[in-house]
Amino acid sequence: MSQLVFDPSKVMAIDYTQRTEYLEGLEAIQAAHKVLKEITYTPSLPDKGYTNRTLYVNVGSLEITEKPVTQQMKDVFIGGRGFGLYHLWNAVKPTTRWNDPENEIIISPGPVAGMTQYAGTGKSLVVSLSPQTDIPIDSNVGGFYGPLLKFSGFDALELQGKSDKDIILFIDGVKGLIRIEEAPKDPVDSHVLAEVLTHMYAENEKDLPNISVVSTGAAAEHSLIGMLNFSFYDRRRKCVRFKQAGRGGIGTVFRDKRIRALVVRGPKVAGDLNHPVDPETIAKTGIKYHKEIRENDGSQCMMRRNGTAHIVEIMDAYDLLPVHNFQYGSHPDVHKIDSSYWQQRCTQHTVDGCWYGCSMACAKGADGLVLKTGPYQGDMVTVDGPEYENAAGLGSNCGVFNPDYLLELNFYCDTYGICTITYGTLTAFVMECYQRGILNKERTGGLEMTWGNAEADLEMMHQMARGEGFGKIAGLGVKKMKEYFIAKGWGDPQLINDIGMENKGLEYSQYMSKESLAQQGGYALTNKGPQHDEAWLIFMDMVNKQIPTFEDKAEALYYFPLFRTWFGLNGFCKLPWNDVVPANNSEQPEAHKVPEHVQNYVDLFSATTGVKIDKEDLIMQSARVYNFQRVFNIRMGKGLRLHDAAPYRSLGPVTKEEYESRAERYDQQILTEMGLDPAGKSTEEKMALHREWRTGRFSQLMDSVYTRRGWTLDGVPTLARLKELGLDAFPEVVEVVKQHL
Amino acid sequence: MKQLVIDFQKCDAGRNCNHECELECAIKVFKVDDPAQAALQIKAYEDGGGQAILCDQCGDCVVVCPSEALKRNKLGVVMIDKQLCVGCYMCIGFCEKDAFMRNPDWIVPHKCTSCGICVKVCPHGALSIVDAPEPAVRII
Repeated sequence: MSQLVFDPSKVMAIDYTQRTEYLEGLEAIQAAHKVLKEITYTPSLPDKGYTNRTLYVNVGSLEITEKPVTQQMKDVFIGGRGFGLYHLWNAVKPTTRWNDPENEIIISPGPVAGMTQYAGTGKSLVVSLSPQTDIPIDSNVGGFYGPLLKFSGFDALELQGKSDKDIILFIDGVKGLIRIEEAPKDPVDSHVLAEVLTHMYAENEKDLPNISVVSTGAAAEHSLIGMLNFSFYDRRRKCVRFKQAGRGGIGTVFRDKRIRALVVRGPKVAGDLNHPVDPETIAKTGIKYHKEIRENDGSQCMMRRNGTAHIVEIMDAYDLLPVHNFQYGSHPDVHKIDSSYWQQRCTQHTVDGCWYGCSMACAKGADGLVLKTGPYQGDMVTVDGPEYENAAGLGSNCGVFNPDYLLELNFYCDTYGICTITYGTLTAFVMECYQRGILNKERTGGLEMTWGNAEADLEMMHQMARGEGFGKIAGLGVKKMKEYFIAKGWGDPQLINDIGMENKGLEYSQYMSKESLAQQGGYALTNKGPQHDEAWLIFMDMVNKQIPTFEDKAEALYYFPLFRTWFGLNGFCKLPWNDVVPANNSEQPEAHKVPEHVQNYVDLFSATTGVKIDKEDLIMQSARVYNFQRVFNIRMGKGLRLHDAAPYRSLGPVTKEEYESRAERYDQQILTEMGLDPAGKSTEEKMALHREWRTGRFSQLMDSVYTRRGWTLDGVPTLARLKELGLDAFPEVVEVVKQHL
Repeated sequence: MKQLVIDFQKCDAGRNCNHECELECAIKVFKVDDPAQAALQIKAYEDGGGQAILCDQCGDCVVVCPSEALKRNKLGVVMIDKQLCVGCYMCIGFCEKDAFMRNPDWIVPHKCTSCGICVKVCPHGALSIVDAPEPAVRII
């Protein structure tokens, strides 16, 4: 396929400063706020990336206290996701479930977060027990909340307890006060709520960029798939925008605690607030990277023009784009929603980073969308993205190829506070069940969930937000829907289990893993369930062909989950690592690791914290947290081989149509991989051969990966591995493992 | 817009001068006695001739600045607002002329503002401030 060329003359003329405003009721909303608790504190800036303080807030008892960040926490858990898991471990028992008061939501930005000189350095990591998986979920999210929290004095915020009324937690890192306010009349949905709160808590217009709001929306209250919107103020658009902590239902936990929003007002951001030990190295590394983006992005991924949606047509070309619930890998209508369209539809001449200094600027925005449905019908809004996952999940996977409907689905997912990836996958499942007669109009309460019926799709989402009808059932997620349909006797249980794309209770993200063994493992052999934060190997496996052998794939499933975990320990975004690469990258040894960028990360960490590390230490830092998380899963009753099982749709063709759509390839595999002659065999016989071969191959991959990770064949980290990582210093961790050896 | 230009018919790239332009800029504008910190840099080529690194006020940096710290003033000159700058250095990385500078002792980067201080001290009269049309905003 040919490289897309950007043509500025084709960008749609849309006024990106125009949109519906929601500030009219601000004064009445504010007047209804009632202070439930207020304390003062001394704000402090980080030293070498750390403030060394944790803020603990119990929204039930209204306790607000500080905890020190210990040296052991920094040595073993680093920050971000590591701190989140550490606090969560200490907060819960094996019997704790997501809606128990002791469950926590922890937000921690990591020591490097808040750096302004390198791309992708403003991330917050959010950790909680998931309502979908019953194990820890972690989510890596942009927006300003994490950095502003740190610049207000805290490396982490621990939220525990359950309130009996809707509350807002306000942290003023300039004045040094923390307030819990009752918020009885606040808007429910994020795009209204965050706009109102940003203007409410900013002292004046210049202060708007110093405010960040964490919120969710109506659907988070009535489903298990709620997410959190982290806001940032877009100076040029003059509006509040969001990045999402999407996966695993943390927004549902947030609303279960009756938290309406978290608001931080931080100090004015400058280039040295982290007080790194070696600012010169950081400056030089950052400038080098900015130049790389300038020189290479236009001929590589075009992230500045298209954001992550740049891969829609690549996935389609390689038969990897999920179509109709992951049955097929391409579709003739994809050109309607590929990046050649989005680069015309998204506003181009503005700055689209979700934190300062992100020259990759993938956080595209589609302005001027007039909504056709729902409670905001007729309003003109700005929609985030769409990112690849949304174009694929809400689009091709559900057969929706109308870009305006796709944007509207994206918008409502965001403002209602539900994960676009999860919603896309569960809707695709619903649509396939409808197509196959497992569901019908009667069972869906009148929703005609046929492929591409965007209006029915939107209505299901509005029902989810209202807590009504079939939308409420869909909001349980694929795993619980499968159980529900099977219990009702609707359809063949094996078919339902085969086509319901979830593992550990979490829905698959939007890549077709059927033809990529590495990605099958990348999805299923994960700590938190199938996402692409941990191991997105499909591109290097299927497109770049960088890990051809079985051993290469197993090694990649050791290395990359650890390498990518490290981003979440420090507050980095993954994208700048390999969505642009040095011009000579392909000539380097282990090009798929992007060695020059790995060295950048090593340098940035050392230059921030003063702790000198090398690339092996980096992996060791991750391995401690990764294995800790695995043991945490086991402690919560999952985390074993049994729980890493994959739905067959992710491994191979479930149905006759799927097989026949790729008959030539599958027949060839019978010949070359199984040594059998496909001639004369029925499709059913050939499908059975494939199932045996593919499940066997996946099981063999599990053995190899577990062994490489230092785990037993049941997926349990060995005592020797724990000792090697220094995790034997935590008797509780050892105790959990001992019960399974 | 006001733009500093150099005439290499007159400038001999420092072969017969003391880089007065750089020195004057460093001392008068940036209050440092180090010509390497000047907002224009004259480089001599080994085989004759030379090159000047200076800002032509093209405005690319205005487009990429995330904090709106860079704006044109009434004269069309791109100025940096130190209060708004977050020290991200995207202006430096995206400047095709390498005309955005950084002093390791400062967080905020700097560049030529067409002030003309250097013009007055050039012994060859090679520098001048001209009025040039403002280029259209580029999508970068």
